[in-house]
Order: sequence, then C-alpha cells, then structure tokens
Amino acid sequence: MSDKVGIVIVSHSPDVAKGTADMVRQMVGTEVPLAWTGGDPGGGLGTSVEKIMAAIDAAWSPKGVAILVDLGGAETNSEMAIELMPEDRRDRIVVCNAPVVEGAVMAATEAWGGASLDEVRRTAEELSPG
Amino acid sequence: MTKANASVLLFHEVGLHARPSVKLTKVAKGFGARIELATNADGPWIDAKSIVRVMAAKAPKDTVLHFRAEGGDAEAAVAALVRLVESDFAEVEEGA
Repeated sequence: MSDKVGIVIVSHSPDVAKGTADMVRQMVGTEVPLAWTGGDPGGGLGTSVEKIMAAIDAAWSPKGVAILVDLGGAETNSEMAIELMPEDRRDRIVVCNAPVVEGAVMAATEAWGGASLDEVRRTAEELSPG
Repeated sequence: MTKANASVLLFHEVGLHARPSVKLTKVAKGFGARIELATNADGPWIDAKSIVRVMAAKAPKDTVLHFRAEGGDAEAAVAALVRLVESDFAEVEEGA
C-alpha cells in the first residue's frame, strides 16, 4: 500500500507516545504510515505486547516498520511482539537504538524520502553516541 | 553533469532548528542531484538530504547558507532550496 517505511512509537506513557506522534505528523507530514502505543492494558504506565502488535499492523508497509522505544520493557516487549508477528513480516520489523522523540522524527523524515528500512534505522541511530 | 551553487541568508527567527531542518531535507530529497550544504563558504559540506547532519549543523539566524549540487536537476534543486529559505520555510514542496 505505502511505498514508505512505517514508524511505530512505543512509550510507557500514552501521553509521550501520542505527543511524539503529533510531532512527527506536524513536522514530517502524514504520508508516512505511523502508529503509537503506550500504557499497560490496565491504564497505567507500561507497554503491552498485544498493543505493540496492533500498532505494527496499523503502520504496516511492504517496506517494513521501524519501532522507536523509550525504556527497558518497551524494547523487550517490542522484540516479543516482533517474534509473534507472521514469519514473512518478522524480518521487515526493526527496533531502533535511538531516543524515542528525536529518533521518530529523524526516522520518519528518512522514510518520507522513500528510504529502505535499513537506511531509516541507520538515520535514527546516527543520533546515538558511538 | 550539471553543477550549481548558491548562497542565501538564513533569516528564520530560530535558525535551522527542527522544523526548518525537516523541511529543507524534504525538499532536498525531492531531487536526484547530490546536494550539499555548508554554513561557511569553505565548508565543511554536509549532505543536505541527511536530516541528522542538517539538524546537527545548528545554523543560527543570520547565517549565510551555501548550497552546492551536482546532477541532472542540480540547478532546480539549488533554486528550490534558496526559495525555501527565502520564503522563511513557508513552502514545503510535497511530493516534489
């Protein structure tokens, strides 16, 4: 459907995740498939494997999906979500080692230009020291 | 291979911050030419299509931005970037 890599934002806080998505939409636009998720199913701070899987589906693109996460559980739950995705999609989903807000804007800008999943990830990760 | 270059004064109030950087990168990505940007006529030159590098340049207000491009659409690319800066980043050439 989309010829651009999708972006998924995963934070422990739904407010952070939504705010990050707002920044991406305003700065980069709406052409890049984008989804966010945050909070545990009970409404508290946390992340949920199921909600991350739904977000990946929502932002799915044949070119793949790059996930931006905040802390610990967001990363491990995202990795678990990837493992539970259909086998033919798993190798087209990556977790970026980058700060969530800055990484999401950078990744989305790169995705907007039609870059590959690997290029999108590298752009987001260029931000991190080392 | 066509080459083009131009300089333009950055008068945007906050300099080349996040939003202007994203817009500039998006315009640059719309062209096939290799496009570089410098805040000094002698360089260093950075890839204008790299959002990370453009933002890292942290060009403040009143910087003279230098563009140089090489490729079939180099002239159009430099013209579009100059126009973007001169318009105070008003136009984002969506799908350009």
